[in-house]
Amino acid sequence: MTESVWILGTAMTRFGRHEMLDLVDLASEAALGALDDGGVSVNDLDVLACGSLFSANAGVGQQLLGQIGQTGISIYNVANACATGATAIRVALMAIRSGEASMAMAVGVEKMGKMGLLTSSPKGSKAAEVFEPSGRFGSVRSVDGILGTKTMPGVFGQAGMRYAHDHDGVGFDQFARIAHKNHLHSTLNPLAQYQKKFSLAEIKAAPMMAYPNTLLMCCPTGDGAAAGVLVSGERLRTLSASQRRRAVKISASVLTSDPYVEGGQVQPDVNTLTRNAADAAYEQAGVGPEDLDLVELHDCFASAELIHYDNLRLCEPGGAGDFIDSGAPYRDGSVPVNVSGGLISKGHPIGATGVANIYEIATHLRDEAGDRQIPGARVGLAHVIGLGSSCGVHILERSAA
Amino acid sequence: MAGERIPLVGYLVLEPQPHLVANECESCRARFFDRRNACGSCGGRSFAPAPIATTGHLRAFSIVHRADPGVRVPFVSAIVETVDGTTVRANLVEVSPDPDGVRLGMPVRLVTYPVGIDSEGTECIAFAFAPVAA
Ligand SMILES: [Zn+2]
Repeated sequence: MTESVWILGTAMTRFGRHEMLDLVDLASEAALGALDDGGVSVNDLDVLACGSLFSANAGVGQQLLGQIGQTGISIYNVANACATGATAIRVALMAIRSGEASMAMAVGVEKMGKMGLLTSSPKGSKAAEVFEPSGRFGSVRSVDGILGTKTMPGVFGQAGMRYAHDHDGVGFDQFARIAHKNHLHSTLNPLAQYQKKFSLAEIKAAPMMAYPNTLLMCCPTGDGAAAGVLVSGERLRTLSASQRRRAVKISASVLTSDPYVEGGQVQPDVNTLTRNAADAAYEQAGVGPEDLDLVELHDCFASAELIHYDNLRLCEPGGAGDFIDSGAPYRDGSVPVNVSGGLISKGHPIGATGVANIYEIATHLRDEAGDRQIPGARVGLAHVIGLGSSCGVHILERSAA
Repeated sequence: MAGERIPLVGYLVLEPQPHLVANECESCRARFFDRRNACGSCGGRSFAPAPIATTGHLRAFSIVHRADPGVRVPFVSAIVETVDGTTVRANLVEVSPDPDGVRLGMPVRLVTYPVGIDSEGTECIAFAFAPVAA
């Protein structure tokens, strides 16, 4: 029997624009919040895993402990695209499972400001004086906008439209409805970057980024941090009754990468690795999709959320359009999805996202989510995907104690 | 050297008829458009060039309105499955770039067109897909 691992404390900053706070301020706020929430101190930690994508080479973990307690423990700075935060959680968990640590903290932090459009192709390629094939594709100039798009709204737009090609009942209206839901949900979340409700008509009429995704169907860039203190089951038993009661069990922790599929070289396949991660997580946790009380999934774009209903087995195969039309993923529906507001409205400071999803689920399982609480939540699933690609899935369960 | 033509990417062959060519794994037949170190599907080390069919159908698309400076918008980014089962990404041209002008599943064919000229007068030739006339 492998050692059980629990979330002892967790916290996040508000997501959004924090012009007066730097990366270490944000990381410190989340880390100190998680330590306080867990009733422990930095001296109790054996390991720190610190995720930050755009500052991956800055030793953010060391900078953080430099501010809050330079205890000399192992620090792992991790970067794994939009799965960076989930990867930090997994590094902390694996340190405990290995027996090298009994308490570990995972922090995810990002300061993006207004970065504008993110693309997976290098920027600033200038027109050549003399055409010369270069690179792995032997290209003589930038191909963006000639051989299609590699911008994120377009890539995920294509992923959604491919689902529409393969299945009935999916189109612009269904994608718009997902954005409607997530913006509506965010009005109850004081930590969300935006807390504004939009009508379906407003969402559809917003500036088009990459059809089918309008501006209100795309996640914003922003700043923020989240943290979680993880503890082994054995050490948890030595802690107080209230610490044990509030602890949340990590019943499954999975990270997959994308296996080879035909076509993956021109359009990243975000489905297969998500399905693989979800199936492995359900198996590990011994629960099924029907047991989930809430789900936080990676809605970087409305078109992404739709396909993940199917990938995470939340709906009938091919039935993601009917699923959103039925209202099932709204907070009063049968499988509430992204009650935090999701990336679309809560925000997406990349390194923080995968930890913040776990904060959200844990807070509901502790019955501490305030106005947005899903009543009686016992089991929840957190999903992230980083293009390129990595997928993290965690299943959390309320303490039986 | 005026009058020379060069393909935009190494996997576009201009003569005698424009078509794409992939590096095909000799053990599992997986096809790749980039330079390979080994096969991402089976780990095989031997490849042979495989010409790709020039017709297919529209499997997915996005109509891109925001892009980096210098990229003309809107344009239709298309994911095409060729009749020999290879997936290709390129712009969809000769259509109106709006949801009414593009239909999932529509039959398409490979076309080529110039996208710039260098200081020695060499013309860069790109490929795209266009609807097959009914
Ligand atoms: Zn092979």
